[in-house]
Amino acid sequence: MRVNLRKLALAAGTAFIGFSAHGALAQSVTMAVAAPVTSLDPHYHQLSPNNAVADTIFDKLVNTDAKSNSLPGLALSWRAVEPNVWEFKLRPNVRFHNGNPFTAEDVAFTLRRLPNVPNSPSSFAAYSRPIQAIEIVDPLTIRFRTAAPHPLMPLDMTNVRILDQETHQNATTEDFNAGRAAIGTGPYRVVSHRSGDRIEFERNDNYWGDRAPFQRVLYRMITNDAARTAALLAGDVEFIDQVPTSDLAKLRQDNRIALSETVGLRLIFLGLDHLRKANENSPFITDNDGKPLGKNPLQDVRVRRALSIAIDRRAIVDRVMEGAAVPAGQFLPEGVYTHVPGVAPPAFDADAARRLLAEAGYPQGFRIQLNGPNDRYVNDARIIQAVGQMWTRIGVRTTVEAQPWTTFVGRAGRADFSAHLIGWGSNPDGSHPLRNVLATQTREKGWGSSNRGRYSNPQLDSLLDQSLVELDEAKRVQLVIQAQRIAADDVAVIPLHIQTNIWGMRRHLAHDARNDELTRAQDVRPAAR
Amino acid sequence: MSDAVIAAKPADKVETPFRRFVSEFAESKVALGGLVVFVIIALLAIFAPWITPQNPYDLAELDIMDGRMEPGTVGGAGFTYWLGTDDQGRDMLSGIIYGLRISLTVGAGSALIACLIGASLGLLAAYAGGRTDSVIMRLVDLQLSFPTILAALMILAFLGKGIMNVVIALVLVEWAYYARTVRGTALVERRREYIEAAQCLALPTHRVLFRHLLPNCLPPLIVVGTMQVARAIALEATLSFLGLGVPITEPSLGLLIANGYEYMLSGKYWISFYPGIALLITIVSINLVGDQLRDVLNPRLKK
Amino acid sequence: MTVYLVRRILQALLVVLAMSLIVFIGVYAIGDPVEILISPDADQIERERAVQALGLDLPLWQQYAVFLTKALQGDLGRSFVYNEPALKLILQRMPATMELAFGATILALIIGLPLGLYAGLRPDGRFSRMIMAGSILGFSLPTFWVGLMLIMVFAVYLGWLPSTGRGETGTLLGMQWSFLTWDGLRHMAMPAINLSLFKISLVIRLTRAGVRETMLMDYVKFARAKGLSPARVTFVHVFKNILIPVVTVVGLELGSTIAFSVVTESVFAWPGMGKLIIDSINVLDRPVIVAYLMLIVLMFIAINLIVDLTYSMLDPRVRLESKGT
Repeated sequence: MRVNLRKLALAAGTAFIGFSAHGALAQSVTMAVAAPVTSLDPHYHQLSPNNAVADTIFDKLVNTDAKSNSLPGLALSWRAVEPNVWEFKLRPNVRFHNGNPFTAEDVAFTLRRLPNVPNSPSSFAAYSRPIQAIEIVDPLTIRFRTAAPHPLMPLDMTNVRILDQETHQNATTEDFNAGRAAIGTGPYRVVSHRSGDRIEFERNDNYWGDRAPFQRVLYRMITNDAARTAALLAGDVEFIDQVPTSDLAKLRQDNRIALSETVGLRLIFLGLDHLRKANENSPFITDNDGKPLGKNPLQDVRVRRALSIAIDRRAIVDRVMEGAAVPAGQFLPEGVYTHVPGVAPPAFDADAARRLLAEAGYPQGFRIQLNGPNDRYVNDARIIQAVGQMWTRIGVRTTVEAQPWTTFVGRAGRADFSAHLIGWGSNPDGSHPLRNVLATQTREKGWGSSNRGRYSNPQLDSLLDQSLVELDEAKRVQLVIQAQRIAADDVAVIPLHIQTNIWGMRRHLAHDARNDELTRAQDVRPAAR
Repeated sequence: MSDAVIAAKPADKVETPFRRFVSEFAESKVALGGLVVFVIIALLAIFAPWITPQNPYDLAELDIMDGRMEPGTVGGAGFTYWLGTDDQGRDMLSGIIYGLRISLTVGAGSALIACLIGASLGLLAAYAGGRTDSVIMRLVDLQLSFPTILAALMILAFLGKGIMNVVIALVLVEWAYYARTVRGTALVERRREYIEAAQCLALPTHRVLFRHLLPNCLPPLIVVGTMQVARAIALEATLSFLGLGVPITEPSLGLLIANGYEYMLSGKYWISFYPGIALLITIVSINLVGDQLRDVLNPRLKK
Repeated sequence: MTVYLVRRILQALLVVLAMSLIVFIGVYAIGDPVEILISPDADQIERERAVQALGLDLPLWQQYAVFLTKALQGDLGRSFVYNEPALKLILQRMPATMELAFGATILALIIGLPLGLYAGLRPDGRFSRMIMAGSILGFSLPTFWVGLMLIMVFAVYLGWLPSTGRGETGTLLGMQWSFLTWDGLRHMAMPAINLSLFKISLVIRLTRAGVRETMLMDYVKFARAKGLSPARVTFVHVFKNILIPVVTVVGLELGSTIAFSVVTESVFAWPGMGKLIIDSINVLDRPVIVAYLMLIVLMFIAINLIVDLTYSMLDPRVRLESKGT
């Protein structure tokens, strides 16, 4: 009986070529995403929209669920057989879209390819770099030897989409983009791809996991927020991501529309100038007459704390974000295993902030410019204006400057600003923000590459060092939590809020909201009636 | 002040060129109305700090708790937001009046400077011809094919954010339109008898250019000019929409509209509707005045 | 004539060269593409690798030299973002933009010319005044705002037209065109109208101004006095004369629509070149920006050449070989 149904569905699918707006018999669905997919090559550009589509076409050794917990993917199990050796047991009877079987050779091939994708502007090489030797024990067992214990190996593998050695031996990025080489083991296969416009998917009926819910999926790109919402309201598309916060109230009332949402992993925070010493001028800080201050007040933890508690996070979340965020005092939200217990969002207290400023020697405050992007994060330019209002009220007269990410990011990277708004989309392990945002910038270790305020704390660094080689998971998590607690106590950065990820869809659809923000075709399914 | 203009009418017994100009201009009641409206708008813009209930550029006077209030609501500061507030709690009425200032400065300023540069170069190109013409016109080609956004980004990178920098960006973009238009007309005019006559009289070049050639190129120039003021204002709105316009804490009408754009679907119409109306009235009045000016100044429409 | 053309082509090459140089320096000044493209958690080693992979580790003049050498062999570089030849990317997107730009221009002419003519012939009529007032709307409202209003009215509330995208396409000369299918035409309608609003106003105003002037010219008066029918006077004598400014301006407008219908293409998710260039500028995808602007500058030069040639055909008073030095 089941077989018959499947045949019927197939027949219907092949007969059905166009995409009707309401998905005739739930055979097809039209989705619209905000960010354009730039390549179907899963190893060319480390970029969320590309990763989302790659997840639809390909699989990883370790997959992740909607809450970013690790799940067996193309590997059934994994363990460190020696301190320096990880062993992955692979899933049997998996085939690529073209029928080729999946084996350990394919994994080895994939890891060798990572650092060798020509012209890649942001490669996946970092995930294969710790691996010194690859050993194929049998077709379904593979071992990675590392120079030092590497507890994050399974986490690294959640980023590597597996290719087929035979198919992809000589495949170029162009072959992937043209669809010729976009062949994986994932739940959907690529039918066609029009760059910057649309991708058409078709169900992979031989998928090893849960059968994909639709025969065909049209994955469109509509970058303009208002136009995307309008397309959903008009019924031209049935599913959108990145629902603008300004449309939330209206969409919640609309009985044709359903929303799926979850607290994400992206913290919006203010980076502060730690580069200029206590006796140096910070570029955008002056006294109240606009003259240089002769010192950098941000080196004083009391000033940093004052600036932090001067911010009414609840007001920003309610008024600016229209509820689409949760106030935060640290990088990861509650419920994630490396969340620091007991570190709540700093409570708003303008009087205490003024007292702290006075204690630090600034009873009259000072002037500061807060910089931020205006096209990168949800409501970014609005948030910095709101913070400007709040800082001005405690006597820190704030001017606000927003500019496009294109010009902003370079200046932020050179630590040109005194205070800047930026975001960090984390993986669920606290080592990720620690290593990239909070650790002292060190080229050899690859630390602090996004530490744009140049925060540096030896205590934090040493805890991070220990955690990176600690194979005992419970101990490692404690080290990571401890290091994050130090950063929070020291107000290394001023956390504002963690964004809520929101998708909108017509009522006949349902969706598993993911905290990693990825919009994947396989997560959309018909709503239960 | 409308009285003043009308009062001048009976006195035009003595025909000075200016009097004639005034009386000809006043022939059209619509244009006169446009002028009155424009003068009111200009006065509002100039005296903004003394008439608005709030300084919308001072972050200390704004409160996000008053954000997105409907028109007619009384806010935390005690006065009524007659046109509502934007997302930052900025009183729309104050914002619009201050925004007029920025938009007029940016629109008229850039159009005027671009017109001066463009028209001079266009005249020169048409009159001198040859190599001068080629160089200028290829510069025009280069400029026309250079995207506003890239120009604005480059200026942002070189000079930073600011209203003057937006004006510079717009001038950079617009002068070429004037140059192209003026050259086109001047090429035709140059061959006419009166220019040849002027040349025969061995008048100095600048005199031929500006006293003889320019006035006859004015009609299309004014058409383009009045439109370009409007276009500059709209272009500034587009730059703001793309995040390249004026500073966010000193919104122009365009930036107010761009900000409100995101609230269009949610029914909070006032955030972009009222600035839109203000923009429209401003541009209509400028154009009514411009149209009449063109007719009055056009030597060929003289009866 | 030939000398004239050769000279124009040589000038064109210089302009193209100047453009590529300006873009190189401009992009360099704006920022570092790698900073924008790289994943935030990439470490320093990876960043250095990316800088090298994209050839950005060389001094600027060497990068430019490399570019020029390759350009002379017909290779304008590969996109940093798509890893495909820049020229191929641009050409792929060209049909979408072309049909939109031509659609908008044709709309502007068939709506603008008659209305402008009418307004010019009866400058004081009530309908003429309405036309002129309406035309102000066309250029004072920002495109992005009008675009969204169109979508809200015709797609969301009335449901007459599809909100965004390009719809079905037909194939002609190996390229995909929307105007060949009914569905494609329906998708094209709103963006084309959105783009044409400004042009309609422009054409109306230019035509009206031209007509009013020409009607007072001696030769028109003479033609009328000769007893020629009003229709003949209008369409032969007057029309011919006003076409010069209209052709100039519409030509330029067509050019800038092809090149930079950025906002309309974004709002309507129209996958054309305008969207490509704004995306490329946002991530400083230099090879695409350079190649694109070189093409565009060539196009403008061609349009200007055609306009100049048309001048001389429409108006014998303009001669091409202007007095030379």
